[in-house]
Amino acid sequence: MAPITPHKAAQARRRFLRSLIGGGALLAAGGAAWLPLAQAGTVRLRPPGALEEDDFLSSCIKCGQCVQVCPVSALKLADLDEGYGVGTPFIEVRAQACDFSCDAVQCILACPTGALTYTKPPHLATRDAMRMASAPILLAKEKDPEPTLNLKERIGVARLARPDLCLARQGKGWKGAARGSGYDGHLRFMDVDRWRPIPLNDHPFDVPICDLCVRTCPIKGAISLEALPPLSPAPPPAGEGSVRKTPVVHEACVGCGVCEMACPTEPAAIVIDPRRGWEA
Amino acid sequence: MSIKESARILLGGEVRKPAAADYTPGANRVHELKRMDGANRRALAEEMHQQHGHSHTWRNRRWAVLIAVNLLFVLSFWLDIQLLEGSLTASRFLGFHLIDLNSALQVMLAHKHILVNLVIGTATVFVLWVLLGGRSFCSWVCPYHLLAEWAESLHLYLVDKKKVSDHAFHRGLRGVLWLLFAVLAWVTGYTVFETLSLTGILSRALIYGPGLALLWVLFWLLVEVFYSRRAWCRYFCPIGLTYGVVGLLSPVQVGYRLDNCFHEGDCRKVCLVPHVLECVIKGRATAETMSIGADCTRCGLCVDVCPSGALHFEVKGLSKWL
Repeated sequence: MAPITPHKAAQARRRFLRSLIGGGALLAAGGAAWLPLAQAGTVRLRPPGALEEDDFLSSCIKCGQCVQVCPVSALKLADLDEGYGVGTPFIEVRAQACDFSCDAVQCILACPTGALTYTKPPHLATRDAMRMASAPILLAKEKDPEPTLNLKERIGVARLARPDLCLARQGKGWKGAARGSGYDGHLRFMDVDRWRPIPLNDHPFDVPICDLCVRTCPIKGAISLEALPPLSPAPPPAGEGSVRKTPVVHEACVGCGVCEMACPTEPAAIVIDPRRGWEA
Repeated sequence: MSIKESARILLGGEVRKPAAADYTPGANRVHELKRMDGANRRALAEEMHQQHGHSHTWRNRRWAVLIAVNLLFVLSFWLDIQLLEGSLTASRFLGFHLIDLNSALQVMLAHKHILVNLVIGTATVFVLWVLLGGRSFCSWVCPYHLLAEWAESLHLYLVDKKKVSDHAFHRGLRGVLWLLFAVLAWVTGYTVFETLSLTGILSRALIYGPGLALLWVLFWLLVEVFYSRRAWCRYFCPIGLTYGVVGLLSPVQVGYRLDNCFHEGDCRKVCLVPHVLECVIKGRATAETMSIGADCTRCGLCVDVCPSGALHFEVKGLSKWL
């Protein structure tokens, strides 16, 4: 063995210290990535078939294969500001909701790790309120021999968050494109093309009382428009109709978000509560 | 080198100077011959240098492959040609699952529930990289490696100008981090390392578009330019260790011929992991032909730079058979 000179010993000591600090810093950076989760500023809507959030974060391999198969590009990948959620898929429904244009929930099919799954293993957490009472029927497939979606849990639920803004509740109709100019979201309209989703704004509406949320909902029996009693015997204020209605969300709602996407008011009167279950 | 010794060095162990008993008679003969014939060999080395110069054959091939693989990912999505869907953490090639070994490990440890597809994809990639050379994943596929190579040229330029100096870390750090990130995944249930993985971040940025996460990549490039040469790949990235372990079993290696070597050390200057090349130091090779250890990324820079053909790619077993 060559003798260890004081210079070499000092060098080795510095290298060891540097390694300790460097390694510690990387681990600290790994730990810091937990902070965005702890703060949980926004609750993201996960794709259909997603496991409960903790299980989802542990099982998602962050490859984006789900993103690639979505025909309406509803899935986006989270950035570094979401900590451990970096690279995980989520849906911003107001920009582009999942309208099940793919018919078979392709994102679940694409997932290699089971973070999105048709059949959840029994030992993984499931909240009762997330379970669908029965398989959701996709209106687009209603006449097919197998009209249901293979989806056992909802991803969220719709809620009329801003009833004051709702046009139907004011007795108002809607004419023209659902969303403002420049809006780029796509939906599938069966009367246009079974397989090719088109820009929502290329499909103008003309309805005496606004029912866009009901009209565009892809799931059978998830939402309906119900009559409201007139406010008073007196004639309604100028610009409001005499017949007032309100959207009512039913248990069949899977939380896909098409209603929020199609709602013509700004901000949307009806919204999705991500990862919230059905409460009767 | 034995697998055990190669593994020890992979985990950060110092390369030992061989004992007298380790040398084969053939190696002793060559070393002796070189000692006797010093002047002559120096002249021969000069001549070799004149003739060969610096080739970039393997580097160019490797860059072409690295860019092609990453481009295939990008184009599969952009043009919807569906050849190679996903990103480097997990993908499907013509429908066959491929799962990165380190990502698979993180998910399995964090989730503690393993799907058949995950096992199939992981096994496929394992076999693939046993056949292709283990850490060849690093130098032939990982997009960060290419950026880091460019950053490295800048670093070396600055070192040459005496503007910066290289600060080495202990090579054992990577093994410690590998273990700690595995424990973290198991204990917290989060794939903690995936958040920091430059490979994953870059691959996703290329395919799905850039984001804030690229700042993390930039940070490491700056560290490597101004502070420590190739720091991430050399001392930190656990993915390199995972594939290094695969490389222990791989027949694709860089081979060394003692007879052809003039011990000038050019190879060790360009190498990402110069500890694997200690056998080229004068008097160190214990046999006439040696295989370079598992930590080698099979990048071929040493093969390119060697003026006397002492280093070459070989497929163990196959080379003899051919």
